[in-house]
Amino acid sequence: MPEGTKRDVWITGIGIVSSLGEGPDAHWQALSAGTPPVTDAERFAPYVVHPLVKLVYDAQIPKKGDQRQMETWQRIGTYTAGLALDSAGIAKNAEILGRTDMVVGAGGGERDHQVDTAILNDVLTSNEPGKLLNERLLSDLRPTLSLAQLSNLLAGNISIVHGVTGSSRTFMGEESAGVDAVRVGYSRIAAGQSEIGLVGGAYNAEREDMLLLYALNDFCMTDEFRPVFSGAEAPGIPSGSMGAFLVLESPEHATARGATPIAKLTGVWSERARRDEPGAVAAKVADFVARTHPDAVLSGATGAHGATEGEAEALKGAGVPVRAVANRIGHGFEAQFPAAVALAALTVAKGELFPALSGDPLETGTGAPQRILVTGVGHWRGEGAGLVEKVG
Amino acid sequence: MAHTDKHGRPIVVVTGIGVVSSLGQGKEDNWRRLTAGESGIHRITRFPIEGMRTTIAGTVDFLFDERVAAPDLSERLATLAAEEAIGQSGIGSKGNFPGPLFAAVPPVEMEWPEKRKLAENAPERPVEYRDLLASAASGKFRPWHERFLFGSVADRLADKFGTQGQPISLSTACASGATAIQLGVEAIRRGECEVALSLGTDGSVHPEALIRFSLLSALTTANDKPEEAARPFAKNRDGFVMAEGAGALVLESLDHALARGARILGVLEGCGEMADNFHRTRSSPDGKPIIGCMNNAMADAGVTPGDIDYINAHGTSTPENDRMEYVGLKAVFGEEVLAGIPCSSNKSMIGHTLTAAGAIEAAVSLLTIANGRIPPTINYHVPDPAIPLDVVPNVARDAQVRRVISNSFGFGGQNVSLVMAGEPA
Repeated sequence: MPEGTKRDVWITGIGIVSSLGEGPDAHWQALSAGTPPVTDAERFAPYVVHPLVKLVYDAQIPKKGDQRQMETWQRIGTYTAGLALDSAGIAKNAEILGRTDMVVGAGGGERDHQVDTAILNDVLTSNEPGKLLNERLLSDLRPTLSLAQLSNLLAGNISIVHGVTGSSRTFMGEESAGVDAVRVGYSRIAAGQSEIGLVGGAYNAEREDMLLLYALNDFCMTDEFRPVFSGAEAPGIPSGSMGAFLVLESPEHATARGATPIAKLTGVWSERARRDEPGAVAAKVADFVARTHPDAVLSGATGAHGATEGEAEALKGAGVPVRAVANRIGHGFEAQFPAAVALAALTVAKGELFPALSGDPLETGTGAPQRILVTGVGHWRGEGAGLVEKVG
Repeated sequence: MAHTDKHGRPIVVVTGIGVVSSLGQGKEDNWRRLTAGESGIHRITRFPIEGMRTTIAGTVDFLFDERVAAPDLSERLATLAAEEAIGQSGIGSKGNFPGPLFAAVPPVEMEWPEKRKLAENAPERPVEYRDLLASAASGKFRPWHERFLFGSVADRLADKFGTQGQPISLSTACASGATAIQLGVEAIRRGECEVALSLGTDGSVHPEALIRFSLLSALTTANDKPEEAARPFAKNRDGFVMAEGAGALVLESLDHALARGARILGVLEGCGEMADNFHRTRSSPDGKPIIGCMNNAMADAGVTPGDIDYINAHGTSTPENDRMEYVGLKAVFGEEVLAGIPCSSNKSMIGHTLTAAGAIEAAVSLLTIANGRIPPTINYHVPDPAIPLDVVPNVARDAQVRRVISNSFGFGGQNVSLVMAGEPA
């Protein structure tokens, strides 16, 4: 088909891991049972995190050598990407994987805290701190460290472990990276630039270096878990370890290989409010609702001050049932939007909205949504949305 | 009547070009020095180099008097390149660029001087990581949150230039700059926008960055004569030189450019990519991914190897890359045709600008077409018999160049090739 002609985009595979479990079935069981969020406020006290369920990485990353070359966030992502390929029925299908287009939303980093603090303590007392830093870094950093930290190496590892090689792009930039990974993958298929794609992201919340970055500006949820829309002021970000990947596919391509859709992705938007203007975030979210006419909203609200209050204001007036992803699995930054789209797809496929979390005044309503609006308002910048619809 | 390419898509042209490198600020300076065969590589003065295996780089030292964090320098470099490109294109108005931003930016993390300040602010000795975390939460360092977000450089550029929508920050390692251009081309072809700002920037030469590449044995250790250390395709090449810079292009549909009477600087005819799943830092020994990448770019452009007049090589000066690039080129072009196509590496003069390289080298490729002059591969004094390429050794050459292929191959297996031409076909 000529490029630029818009066509449907199906979600034909879902991989998801979080504090609630591994895979779509485990997630649906927990969601539909109204399982309370699994949180840990002790390990990184005073910060609240949603710890990842235990994974046996060998199941998707069989070579120990590959696992050793990755930091945890890359392992989570590579594992979850494998689940998505399994779910779509294209794992190990070299012909399809060789032309599967990948877009990953990624962070990076992951420091060795012991090495960092040991070096810092020596630097603090050194007469020649510059020279000492050079010598210590040369001797103390693992040679493969930078590969384990590089943002684009999650995608690189997915290529190596699973053989996805059609194309490989990595977007950075926190929540927006996840929104744009899904948006660009979607747009290329809708416009005929691609037939099948793997999009998603991963986040390891159980990292002091990431807590440090967000603690700098007081963004983290502390002391105990609170629902993200509770209170007049947003309660802070309850970060959550997670991985979420989707296989997106044109209906023609899916039908030809006998695959069936889980749900349809009807649109993805990535916008930018002027956050210094009062009401700007609320206006963006209200606009997403107005233009998509959803019958439910699955919010990717972060819990961050300055962002979640505006979203809450808009969703209060939406007049449809609302649920928040962070109230179940926490907030996974780059992975949050892909995870929210995955859970929305599951919900329309199962045909019933999962129960509300008590204590969150915005989580109301029930029903059997056919059109779910997924929001992805970044904790600092960027307002994203996607519309997920039931097929048939 | 809309102007479309051989595949029926909108033709994408370039109407603005901006460049900053260790050779200087702006196209004019860079072009003059690149075609004079000058090197921008020098001894590092930004930080102490005692104990380093590699003590040279192509740092950009003329923008700040004092040390700044890498994202500050990356942002400044990108700003200068984007200002030049937008200025040349004459599009939009100040603070209102009528299209999206695709920004190739280096991965960001808090650096040692900041960590040291956190440690100094903590009362405990010896300091533990949780003390740093408590120090961070003191509220004394709030601006660092934004500065060390992965999205912060693109974010501020979007504010400054008033690009539309949320900017995309991206990384495909050494192919990043080319990926930024590819994303812009695709968005225009989809009809999502008429104009896009694509750029690559890298200001991340700091001690740990240098040491990490040293630990991967990727850098040259030919420290004695910095300007002679980058030797792409020469037998005595021994690694790349880390460098800084930025390149920016204003991309536009041909129809849009014609309608506003813009001067057309070149055509982005084709983009190709293919990921390598062989190894994290090494190319597949059969060269299949880089061969596929170049073939995909030419197929996307609707041209064949015979239509290419010049190859703007990735040419990093590492033993492995340059050999594999030759293997790929030989397979794509055939030995005989390849022997007749000049193929030079800008990295011999400006070093490897990493995240920015694909964008800077696309800019230089367009200048090569426009000026009918091919920048040389300098420091080519010991030919490698295993790489019989016409590398335009040491001295620039006048030649009619109608079409260029520019290669970018990254760590992590992400490869992108761009095909550019001078005039709409």
